[in-house]
Amino acid sequence: MPNFGFSIHSPTHIDLDKNYRTIFNYVKVKEPSIQKCIFCGSCSATCTASNYSAMSLRKVNLLLHRGMVQEVRSLTEQCLLCGKCYLVCPRNVNTRRIILLIHEALKMPLS
Amino acid sequence: MKNRGKQLIWQNYQKDIADDHFFYVRSCIRQNFFPGAETTFLRILKDVLNKDVYDDPSHTTCTGIGYHTDIVPLETTMTVVARQFALMTEKGYKNFIPSCVTSFGLYLEILETWHNYPEVLEKTRSNLMLATGRSFVLPENIVHASDVIYKFRSEIAKKAKYRLVNIHTGKPLKVVEHIGCHYAKMFPDKSVGGAEFPRVLSGIIEEWGGEVIDYPERRHCCGFGFRQYFIKANRGYTFSSVKKKFDSMSPYEPDLIVTNCPGCNVFLDKGQYVISEQEGIVYSRDGYGIPVLTFEELTGVVLGFDPWDIGLQVHQVSVEPLLDKIGVKYDIQKKYTDKNNRLLGKPVKPTLLKTL
Repeated sequence: MPNFGFSIHSPTHIDLDKNYRTIFNYVKVKEPSIQKCIFCGSCSATCTASNYSAMSLRKVNLLLHRGMVQEVRSLTEQCLLCGKCYLVCPRNVNTRRIILLIHEALKMPLS
Repeated sequence: MKNRGKQLIWQNYQKDIADDHFFYVRSCIRQNFFPGAETTFLRILKDVLNKDVYDDPSHTTCTGIGYHTDIVPLETTMTVVARQFALMTEKGYKNFIPSCVTSFGLYLEILETWHNYPEVLEKTRSNLMLATGRSFVLPENIVHASDVIYKFRSEIAKKAKYRLVNIHTGKPLKVVEHIGCHYAKMFPDKSVGGAEFPRVLSGIIEEWGGEVIDYPERRHCCGFGFRQYFIKANRGYTFSSVKKKFDSMSPYEPDLIVTNCPGCNVFLDKGQYVISEQEGIVYSRDGYGIPVLTFEELTGVVLGFDPWDIGLQVHQVSVEPLLDKIGVKYDIQKKYTDKNNRLLGKPVKPTLLKTL
């Protein structure tokens, strides 16, 4: 191959028809309240881990929708499971269980 | 929306295209990469449509490339553009047609600036007079060269030797039309159809029997972007855009791509070589890629001009599969020879992209 001196970047756009939804669907079936999330960010604002890491449950949910598994894995590893996000959620989303289900799904062969 | 409302909006995106007496200005990129295209355009206007068109050997670059890469200051650009208008005035023409879409956008931008800031126009007049001793009158009509072909598309269809129909299947050719960003995205009301529904190429294609493909990234830029391409380290942005477009259009299996912008034609044509070498992808089942023609070349093909006279041999993607579909007769032995049958040399074969 000739040396062009540059390379072609992979697109970063989110294709909602093609992205990987297996983990989101797994969590949705076991904990339907994930669908009630309005992405207000209260969970992220109160998150203990967010003081020391990039953890944000709001972001985790967004990444789950987009099928970005690696990013979800690295964020959820930071969670302390303290449950403060569950207390402040205005939609009563069972956030703590969602994190546990994501851990569970990530251990499965498909992930 | 009621139909009447749609018609009113559509009327806002139509424009006057002069009938005759054109002053033609060439494109820096087009005459280097597709040297037969502009000659073909002049031949069509003069010999087929019997129009009066003047191709002034004294005109220069519009400085569009230098302007968009921040090398040439706006004041200088305006003076150079004023000089082009002065040449037109001296030759007695009022209808200005640039070959290049970048030039077209730049001329419109400068005319708009002069309209809103008359003092800048006066300053430019003074600069031009001091530098060259020339004066100028603003053009009455300024349209892109593809607009002229669009205006006379029915007349050309009547004189055409071929139609955009696959002679083997009898079905219309599937054509991707790609319109340069500076044609309609800067001044939508100065185009045919506006920025979202530019009609200039789709109107031509449908008139000549082809079928236009509406694919998701149809209005995406070709990726040229001036500073994206001219700075070598940024060229990845250019070819990422090219790849994005081809990824989007390839499921529709187009037979042909037509562009009205010189830069777009370079990147959609040569870009297929870069993608094939770097990514190992060729966007056609037969392995030859998707042929990319300029609107002048396509017009020349349907009018029955010799493909090697209009410069189709300098394209990266081989055009022979397309010519075979349309039924164009050509002599493959003359592809790389000059008028005296001397061999001009043949290009090196790419690794993956097949060429004839």
